[in-house]
Amino acid sequence: MKILVVTEQRQGKWNNASFETLVAAQQMATAASGSVSAMVVGKGVAGLADELASKNVAEVLLVEHDLLENYTADGYCTVLKQVIESAKPNLVLFPHTYQVRDFAPKLAASLGKGMVGDCVGFRNEGGKLVFVRQMFQGKTAADVTFLGATPWFASFQSGAFRADLLAAHPSGKAPVKAVKVELKAEEIRTKPLELFKEAKSSVDLTQAPLIVAVGRGIKAPENIAQAEALAKALGAELAASRPICDEGWLPLERQIGSSGQTVAPKLYLALGISGAIQHVVGMKGARTIVAVNKDQNAPIFEIADYGIVADIFEVMPALTEELQKAKS
Amino acid sequence: MGIADSDRKETLVNIIVCIKQVPAKDAPLAIAGNWIKEADIGFEMNEPDSYALEEGLRLKEKHGGEVIALSLGPERVKQTIKEALAKGADRGIHISDDHFADLDPLGAAKLLAAAIGKEKCDLVLTGLQSDDHGFGQTGVLLAGLLKLPHATIIMQIDVQDGKMKLKRELEAGWFQWIECPLPAVLSIQSGINKVRYATLKGIMAAKKKEIATITRESLGVTLDPTQKIERIYVPAKTKQTEFLTGTPKEAAAKLVEKLKFEVRVI
Repeated sequence: MKILVVTEQRQGKWNNASFETLVAAQQMATAASGSVSAMVVGKGVAGLADELASKNVAEVLLVEHDLLENYTADGYCTVLKQVIESAKPNLVLFPHTYQVRDFAPKLAASLGKGMVGDCVGFRNEGGKLVFVRQMFQGKTAADVTFLGATPWFASFQSGAFRADLLAAHPSGKAPVKAVKVELKAEEIRTKPLELFKEAKSSVDLTQAPLIVAVGRGIKAPENIAQAEALAKALGAELAASRPICDEGWLPLERQIGSSGQTVAPKLYLALGISGAIQHVVGMKGARTIVAVNKDQNAPIFEIADYGIVADIFEVMPALTEELQKAKS
Repeated sequence: MGIADSDRKETLVNIIVCIKQVPAKDAPLAIAGNWIKEADIGFEMNEPDSYALEEGLRLKEKHGGEVIALSLGPERVKQTIKEALAKGADRGIHISDDHFADLDPLGAAKLLAAAIGKEKCDLVLTGLQSDDHGFGQTGVLLAGLLKLPHATIIMQIDVQDGKMKLKRELEAGWFQWIECPLPAVLSIQSGINKVRYATLKGIMAAKKKEIATITRESLGVTLDPTQKIERIYVPAKTKQTEFLTGTPKEAAAKLVEKLKFEVRVI
């Protein structure tokens, strides 16, 4: 089985999820006796290709073009289709990033193929590759298999594999192969403009040792004060899942998850958070996770060290009081 | 897809919003093969799609045109189309399909694209992903099938001089402006707007609005599935959770003990 990993960089900087996907590919190659190639796409990215060549891969494909300096879906779909047609991999793997979501399904479809996106793992069942992904916001997992001829396309969720397990090249360096691609300016229909960050945030949750986070279970903006009082009693920063920030009940800078901050505090106390994947990827690195939720089947309990199955509106004041007692 | 090419400027013709109906957020899920038992649970508009609908309604209020709510699924999805009509969509299209749970992302997109192809439209909007399957591919696949440009994870849309300036959300707090011509397909990020509620007047008005039903078969689409959900199941726990029981006060006291002596953060 020939596996091709499409890595991701922006302005010469890696998206580290690329290395997690390389680890997935290495493990898959071991399980299904295959080889791994890695691809880097952009302009002036030969240095990055060199870096990839030091990893345990059979070869590195360097895909460069002036029109690939900035990402566009049209540019990437056009050239990646050419590379896949000439390299003929059986399996094309991506990190499940926002950028990959923007083009990979269409790339697969342009070759008449499908993509299994956002996978959290795989199994080799007697030569049959089974991909595992989540459904119903993480409440269930699903085993998915490909139908029809290869190439197959799949992406792996950030955090599903550990980048530090990436194996180095056994004998020094893999060959870097520059792949010639054709791309015309008129094939790119969208025009990327400036990149920017919103106003500087006043709180850095990534540095907070203790975090109290609220989710949909908080129900109304006037209830935030109860969580605030609890955070204050604990000496923690207050954070939230996306719906709370979407509603404007807490500022965006306090949002934890795939579109917000990724944190790894000593303690993460999740109040009324169901544990949707998009939130969990931002906090599963916490050393200790405590979850309070009235639904005992909430996926947050899958990753919690301590759980209280109860109404948060009964637990918050009780916990605040106990904390104040313990600290006085 | 046909486009009126006369003097487009800042007037939109049609906006098609793809809306999925999904199990209600608090619905207890009973797994059955590669789907769930549908009896006894409630269904609702996929939340990410409600942001796409709202954005469509706002664009219509600003630039004119018609908003068409398009949904694929069994008879029950008509209720969600009615909700879209009550909020202000002008008409609905229902692709009737009792076996939608067997569709792979590409198959669903092919059916939607076939229905969209029968309409004149400037803009196709989708939510970011569904809260049930969560494939998150529909918008991008539609763009490929309809041969239209696209952009995803959109946080702002400004229509001007026949094209759009879009704010895309990237990861880790970054954003990017991009320019995109019309017609196009956009996947809308949740939180782009504040979703409206249907008014009583809207609900009354919706009763007179048309919902056209098309069967999956009549679209003449060759599905050719690319992937198969073998089974769904409750994932094995990766951590042993210690549940703290008792009254809320007792559980809170137990937790404080743990935080003090085991987690050692107090």
